[in-house]
Amino acid sequence: MDFDFSPDQYALRDEARRFLAEQCPTSHVRGFTDDTGAWSKDLWKRMADLGWMALPFPEQHGGLGQSPLDLVLLVEELGRAIAPVPFLSSVAFAGQAILRHGSDEQRARLLPSIAAGDRVACLAIADDADTFDEARVTCRAEPAGEGWRLSGEKRYVLDAPAADLFIVAARAGDEVRWFAVDEPAAVHPKRAYDRTRTMGSVVLDGTPAEALAVPGLQPALRVATGLLCAEMVGTAGRILEITVEYAGQRQQFGRPIGSFQAIKHKCAEMATELEAARAAAYYACWASASDAPDAEVAASIAKSYISDAFGHLGGEGVQIHGGIAFTWEHDMHLYLRRLKTAQVLLGDASYHRERIAQLAGL
Amino acid sequence: MDLAFTADEERFRAEIRAWIAGHLPAGWGEPGFREPDSFEERLEFARAWESTLADAGWAGISWPVEYGGRGATLSEQIIFHEEMARARAPRIFINFVGINLAGPTIMAHGSEEQKRRYLPKILDMSEIWCQGFSEPNAGSDLAGLQTRAVLEGDRFIVNGQKIWTSFAHVADWCLLLCRTDPDAPKHKGLSYLLVDMRTPGIEPRPIKQVTAEAEFDEVFFTDVEVPASNLLGELNRGWLYAGTTLSNERGPAFLAHQIRFQNVLADILDLAKRTTRDGVPASQHPAFRERLAKAYAEVEIMRYIGYRIVTAIKRNGQPGVEGSVAKLYWSEMVRHFQETALAVTGLAGLLDFDDAPDQGKWQRGYLMSFAQTIAAGSSEIQKNIISERVLGMPRGEVWAPKERV
Repeated sequence: MDFDFSPDQYALRDEARRFLAEQCPTSHVRGFTDDTGAWSKDLWKRMADLGWMALPFPEQHGGLGQSPLDLVLLVEELGRAIAPVPFLSSVAFAGQAILRHGSDEQRARLLPSIAAGDRVACLAIADDADTFDEARVTCRAEPAGEGWRLSGEKRYVLDAPAADLFIVAARAGDEVRWFAVDEPAAVHPKRAYDRTRTMGSVVLDGTPAEALAVPGLQPALRVATGLLCAEMVGTAGRILEITVEYAGQRQQFGRPIGSFQAIKHKCAEMATELEAARAAAYYACWASASDAPDAEVAASIAKSYISDAFGHLGGEGVQIHGGIAFTWEHDMHLYLRRLKTAQVLLGDASYHRERIAQLAGL
Repeated sequence: MDLAFTADEERFRAEIRAWIAGHLPAGWGEPGFREPDSFEERLEFARAWESTLADAGWAGISWPVEYGGRGATLSEQIIFHEEMARARAPRIFINFVGINLAGPTIMAHGSEEQKRRYLPKILDMSEIWCQGFSEPNAGSDLAGLQTRAVLEGDRFIVNGQKIWTSFAHVADWCLLLCRTDPDAPKHKGLSYLLVDMRTPGIEPRPIKQVTAEAEFDEVFFTDVEVPASNLLGELNRGWLYAGTTLSNERGPAFLAHQIRFQNVLADILDLAKRTTRDGVPASQHPAFRERLAKAYAEVEIMRYIGYRIVTAIKRNGQPGVEGSVAKLYWSEMVRHFQETALAVTGLAGLLDFDDAPDQGKWQRGYLMSFAQTIAAGSSEIQKNIISERVLGMPRGEVWAPKERV
């Protein structure tokens, strides 16, 4: 039994941390927080040069032949740096969906440009305002010659303004499955609550599409959910780090506030949440990568626990910082916005608890 | 990352599984089987079951071969505990202190003569041990304990009081932590004595606990004479040795604990399906359904944490950060799910014992869950440890009473 990453995987993490500390400090992130739809194309280019987008794809498709598990620590680092790039969407969400649902021909055609970072793909799931649930997908797919035509509006699409390839959940008769769309009728960038990411609506109006070969939204959704959780662990870990650091420096009543038990115990609770979350995220990623029998429930376990725990952790991070975290200048709100958004993406805690209840036979 | 066991380990699993199936106490686990009610009957039941384990050589599974143990690998220990938990076999009860606390402490710090004298009798259960740690005024502040041992010639004279001592009135020996130098700083004046519980001047008194049962004793020591040769290791180094005792208490049985909790959770889910609320099964009632799913997630996450701890021990010889947060995590988790279970019983939970669902199991379980967040380092102590040792936060100032005008 070995439930940890390999020395090679940790070496990649260390490299990523060094690179992002240099290339993506929060001063860089702040260059993209004001304009709707803005993201760091420079950083993206440099990441592509390092081969990060190629990592989890087969060699014959322009990849480096690693598994989605090799992505885990990398997305964690990107979460730690709140990097303003569509890596999670393109490589972890849409790229993995193509890898797991595409035919050989589709993979060979669609993956190389994603792996090179030349193309940005995103995953479009929700149609209406209240759910990411597969059963509530309303976007329609009608057969048209050898392909399909999609109609509907996909909303809250992460990184839609950055994307030029859209992997869309749509309903063909009774069946919901993934479709690849090159040119939607329109993409409307929206002001994202998370200022470090872009978000938008994708309008489809009899838009040409091709169906990915393997029907259903799983396993793509659970792979994506696990990796989103891993990214959240990175962001939450950074919040704990800067909070403990601040508590050690900030003096009140003639001593560091970090020497008060009221503060220390909050931090200990945050550390406990973080480690439990880490175990849950890693397990969910392992289970989906190895197609373990409990892969689906493991993803919901991780997402439900982490969504709640990090809501608490992020809030305590602000509280311990006090007034300084209430300012725009302080970075805390950037991390908090990232976490609060990720809490809801791909299903919030209540949604995933209902899935757990169903999968546990309740 | 690879969570599989090897073929050899799986063979070992099949062996232990078959053994357990063939040796469980008669009637155990069958419908209508009831564990004995009185503490005395439970002790006899435990003595019989644990002797069966000892005779088959399972008792000392974690002990090295040189001390008569099985010398099992970490994976084999995990498998053994997993299978015991999965079969819902009776837990190690009466010999727990001997096998997991006293034995390893004597192995680590005792003289050769002490090891030869005490260890075999722990393994074959001819001697039962208790642990004399907590005192009325030394709970979380264990190092502040006041039971005194004064060396007079070739013997110590012990005076004081211990509390929360399991099995004191049936134990043959006590692993006693006591103060041997009252002038030294509090951590540096403690020693370990091995005390024969039949020595005159020792008086155990059972404590009736919140569940109306009596599992613990308080123990009074009045001019108790202990031979100087029963000092464990060196004088005044007891606090260091206590670290060995306590680290064993949080040892590799973690994953087995998790399976026991999985079993409890399965029973809670079952309870929720056969208990109605607002006319529907509680398992279908939105409020309870969500709490049950939350409990399910928390118990599963404990398993993942266990995998992390085991992997860290295999790689580095000791648990990592997860090891430090594990106790806080699971003890709070137990509080949550026992509270959920009690809530599920609803109106029927207004009654107790045989008048309540499942003979009052959930009423008792709720009250017992407080033991988890209080014993073996309270949640508050765990948070101090995590903030200071894991996060490196500063220690607080020592509180001193202000003079009142």
